[in-house]
Amino acid sequence: MTGQKAPGSLLIKGGHLIDPAARIDAPMDVLLKDGRVAEIALPNKIKGSADEKFDARGLIVAPGFIDLHVHLREPGQMHKETIATGTAAAAAGGFTSVCTMPNTIPVVDSVEWIEWLRQPERGAVVNVFGIAAATRASKGAELTDFRALQAAGAIAVTDDGKPILDDAVMREALVLGGQLNFPVVQHAEDTRMTQNCSMHAGARSFRLGLRGMSAAAESSIVERDVQLAMQIPDARLHVAHLSVADSLRSVRRGKRAKARVTCEVTPHHFVLTDEDMLDYDSNYKMNPPLRSTADLEAILAALADGTVDAIATDHAPHAAHEKQMEFERAAFGITGLETALALAVTKLHRVQHISLARIVELFTAGPARVFDLRGRGSLGRGSIADVTIFDPKKKWTFDVTESRSKSKNTPFDGQQLTGKVVATIVSGRVVYSA
Amino acid sequence: MNPARGSLLGIEHLEAAEILKLLQFARRMNPDKPRPLLKGKRVLLLFYEASTRTRSSFEIAAKSLGAHTILIQSVGSSIEKGESLLDTGYTVRAVGADVIVIRHPNAGAPHVMAQHIDVPVINAGDGLHEHPSQALLDAYTILRNLKSLKGLQVTIVGDIFHSRVARSACHLLSKFGAKITLCGPPELVPDIAITLAPGIRGTRHMEDALRGADVIMLLRVQKERLAGLRIDLPEYIARYQMNSARLKLAKKDAIVMHPGPIIRGLELTSEVADGPQARILEEVHNGVPTRMAVLARALGKMR
Repeated sequence: MTGQKAPGSLLIKGGHLIDPAARIDAPMDVLLKDGRVAEIALPNKIKGSADEKFDARGLIVAPGFIDLHVHLREPGQMHKETIATGTAAAAAGGFTSVCTMPNTIPVVDSVEWIEWLRQPERGAVVNVFGIAAATRASKGAELTDFRALQAAGAIAVTDDGKPILDDAVMREALVLGGQLNFPVVQHAEDTRMTQNCSMHAGARSFRLGLRGMSAAAESSIVERDVQLAMQIPDARLHVAHLSVADSLRSVRRGKRAKARVTCEVTPHHFVLTDEDMLDYDSNYKMNPPLRSTADLEAILAALADGTVDAIATDHAPHAAHEKQMEFERAAFGITGLETALALAVTKLHRVQHISLARIVELFTAGPARVFDLRGRGSLGRGSIADVTIFDPKKKWTFDVTESRSKSKNTPFDGQQLTGKVVATIVSGRVVYSA
Repeated sequence: MNPARGSLLGIEHLEAAEILKLLQFARRMNPDKPRPLLKGKRVLLLFYEASTRTRSSFEIAAKSLGAHTILIQSVGSSIEKGESLLDTGYTVRAVGADVIVIRHPNAGAPHVMAQHIDVPVINAGDGLHEHPSQALLDAYTILRNLKSLKGLQVTIVGDIFHSRVARSACHLLSKFGAKITLCGPPELVPDIAITLAPGIRGTRHMEDALRGADVIMLLRVQKERLAGLRIDLPEYIARYQMNSARLKLAKKDAIVMHPGPIIRGLELTSEVADGPQARILEEVHNGVPTRMAVLARALGKMR
């Protein structure tokens, strides 16, 4: 955000503020000044003038959304996405902060690359937080320099896509992370059990002749990691894109034991199941894969009851030529930044009757807590002026050709959705408006 | 894009009436009395995997109908140089293919091809998924030996998990009311297999599987597809090999089928393979008229 002219003041008037961390769910005006929240007050109670006004009547005003899990593909894979295009998509989806994964080319496993991610030349339009590799080149053997990476601004470590299988290495990562108050993020998949697999193991994979990833390949790693987190003082474990019911059981056990265990869930895992993929459409291929109806129901319950800490997109852009091919050979992953809120409102709020306040929490206070993003995730006076304004009733159709992402690999093209981002404000400056 | 009319991607979504039409038309096809139904047409055989029976019988079938055939194999073509599936498809379309017959190690490859190329695509076996022309020739063979598929007891023994032949056969037989029993060890016949179609049951015991069977379909243990699965072959032979003694458990006039290639001494003994109840070579023979019907249908000549 450096290099931009300093924002003046902006008064957001007439909206309904939902700020779960501050326990506010009421009509409120919000004054942003010099990149911070200057004042929150009942309607028409803010005195004085502002440089600009935003008419938020009929809209929800929320702390800026935070996505704990995106792939911006820089460095090295700019044909899929760049930090500029990925953050433009994030802004359009209401995200003011995104945490980018280190499985790039080369792997972000050094201070230099963490700093590189945040240079103004990258052209980011929202805040980008780097997650560094947990092991050198994500080879799962030798830990990276957690202390230096943390000092350089990395907010967590992970070998996303290449889980840490070795018990000793995972233990070591959690011990060091615990000492530094540094979260270790695990993509839980026992890859020894998922060779050549391209979807969830079940009736559907058998019918389609595709080798399936068993639920146990995920839950066995989650169970091991939670056990370790319960044994190691101060260890912080974050389970990425959790997708099966058994993994939730382990997370709940860890939380009950007061271990510092958190988890995120993606929109596609609370909307789709393995039965939804038709005709080998690789826009339904991602890792973890779409799971069973029973898993989806367990995830819905966990989103409602507080077990899940955050909704994260796992935005994973790929070029058309990497997707339009044999299903088993196509790349894993789908884009997700621009559909996340609408899928949450459409499915979680309108169908499941989960409150908007809880949904906002899953996009704001929840993720801010997971990675300790201070000054974000809430709109208390003095906090950073990251704001997301959305219309929870607006019906619209997602048209992938209008996506700001460089890639178009989504199963939600043409989908009728409810709930649309109207404006995204980063440090007091409007970076997106519908 | 929807697959072109006349495509044959699998049995699962094919209507019973359409299957019957194909089988009836196949009965009128005879490679020894060529009919120039496809005169001047170009049938492109795109083989990404080894094949003896399927390839040769599609080729003979096409030629018996007056078509030209062009064979492209992954080895010795641009596929080897890294050309993508779709680019190969666009290329053969541009060359002038009227129909594409494709065999591929990945499930769904013919579907992806058919979604992008505007000529009929015939699936000649895709990974573990389906092998529709095999199921059709098997139904054709059964119907030449037994009166009807309805109520027939069909036992399929062996490596169901890795078998596209088994999947297609289950879909076809189920549509016509056959009673199907799958038999094999859990690694090769997972419990989930019985959900494939209505009327399927599973058992781990040959004696149970064979009692009262009208048709016994044997499958090869596909060593090349096991991908880490370890199968104890001596134990497999002891429990599941088809031998003369076990064959006696089935109905007296039961027939023994196998899509080939057979491995003597593994899934069946030579006595069974060469015995009077075996229909293994008859299946191969019936592949030609069946595939003539499939090709004629692909180009709208099945009348």
